[in-house]
Amino acid sequence: MKQFVFISGKGGTGKSTVVASLAKYVSNKALADADVDAPNLHILLEHEVVEKTPFQGAKIAKIDQSKCIHCHKGYEVCRFDAISKDDVINPLKCEGCGACLLVCPVNAITLHEELTGHVYQSNLNGEHFTHALLAIGAEGSGKLVTEVKKKVKELINKEDYLLVDGSPGIGCVVIASITGADACVIVTEATKSGLSDLKRVQQVADHFGIKTLVCINKYDLNNDVTKRIEEYCKSQNVAIIGKIPFEPLIMKALQQLKTPMEDDRLEHIKNEIISLWDNLIKETK
Amino acid sequence: MKIAVLSGKGGTGKTTISASLAYSLRNSQYVDCDVEEPNGNIFLKASLTEREVVTVLNPVVNDDLCTGCGACQQACQFNAIVVINKKVMIFDNICHSCGACKIACPTGAISEVPREIGVIESNSSNTFMQGKLNLNEPLTVPVILQLKRKMNKHGNVIIDSAPGASCTVVSTIEDSDYCVLVTEPTPFGLHDLKIAIDLVKQLKLPFGVVINKAMDSDKSIQSFCKKENIDVLMELPYSKEIAQNYSKGILPVQYSKHYKDEFIKLLATIKERII
Repeated sequence: MKQFVFISGKGGTGKSTVVASLAKYVSNKALADADVDAPNLHILLEHEVVEKTPFQGAKIAKIDQSKCIHCHKGYEVCRFDAISKDDVINPLKCEGCGACLLVCPVNAITLHEELTGHVYQSNLNGEHFTHALLAIGAEGSGKLVTEVKKKVKELINKEDYLLVDGSPGIGCVVIASITGADACVIVTEATKSGLSDLKRVQQVADHFGIKTLVCINKYDLNNDVTKRIEEYCKSQNVAIIGKIPFEPLIMKALQQLKTPMEDDRLEHIKNEIISLWDNLIKETK
Repeated sequence: MKIAVLSGKGGTGKTTISASLAYSLRNSQYVDCDVEEPNGNIFLKASLTEREVVTVLNPVVNDDLCTGCGACQQACQFNAIVVINKKVMIFDNICHSCGACKIACPTGAISEVPREIGVIESNSSNTFMQGKLNLNEPLTVPVILQLKRKMNKHGNVIIDSAPGASCTVVSTIEDSDYCVLVTEPTPFGLHDLKIAIDLVKQLKLPFGVVINKAMDSDKSIQSFCKKENIDVLMELPYSKEIAQNYSKGILPVQYSKHYKDEFIKLLATIKERII
């Protein structure tokens, strides 16, 4: 089984549209949405939720006010400004480190498991699809990503491919998404920000020893930037496996909950997606 | 006034909106808190002459004092410390710099040393500031908190947040006076807007919505906002012209008088809402 993770650096470059399109095209696969902050695949892909599991990936401190002697030792030791001067814990700021527990002289503080989010296991036309939703402002989004990927791997049996939709950025969530991938496909766009963010995320994937491939979306928006992306990829020995033109009809298809694969007006985009997949397979043989 | 610009979904135009606001508001300070991928300066083109590193404290063990008791491993909630054969191994990347291990150590064998995880860059007049997370570092929050400590305490500040709704966004927006939620008219945009709304509501922050790439073929955001009684502050149309200029690092307010007026109107609307 080969695991391909789609990331972008910059948000909104068309990563989820590409993954949803491939989900319609590729057979004998499993799918995971690792963009737990803003998961979108489940909106486009008709599925049936089989199981919804709460996931507790973080802890949070609680003060028993009946025991608290207001010595303020917890307040003094907290490096996250999560304890106020009147000894109340702000759950959105608490990282669950437990430092306050260690200094409390009357054992008034305890750590409790905190809901990080929910993991969903779904049936996508007979194939496995896992996704998740982070609880608002929660800690531990990286752990939730790891959980979504763990869940789908437990279900996988004879599938040829696992497609993972990653998240924008380069931080903990992205690092958790790309771990264990056979290749990362970076979906970028022909804009200055797209290029700048591509470089950063490509270097992160490279650091973790994961092969990267690039798809340039909206490549005809700015031919100059496309040329610079191509030059950069060449210098890094990264293959460009797809080039998709700027096409306003894609947005209109999405508005009707359709991927480009299901819209007759988007035959040319469909062909690009198919060719991207063929190139991905060739490059990862 | 401190205005934070955020979006659940990435790529909806958060940077376009925040940089345009900063460009249109005289004497304002623009602060790029999207520290994983800061892009504001592609548009605002400030000359970044000032540089300050962001460090976190990581524990180090004095082997002469360490007895290998494992109290530090037990205290660490992030699995950043492992004690094997009475030898302590510390994984700096996942350390949250909370200091619990140092408190827990019975022999005083743990001390802390600073480690660089990012940088804060600004121009000499301090009207532009950005945080940048070093590559291969997972934790964004320390960079954001340091940015916020350096942010102007008075006057107008425009904050560009990271996408999403995690702890990163919470630390970025929590003490702002107003939040601008940027979205786009797709089912993705609407879905992620709802997540962003839940977040600002939980933080009890006043907010309004800007619809970027607005199209007549999808009015779902407008109808949702109307139903929920949410302010739509502005609509920026879907346009190849805006996208092409964006690709070159040019904001709508930098090439069009019409859009400049629109953003001045937007600022006036926000000011009204704050008062």
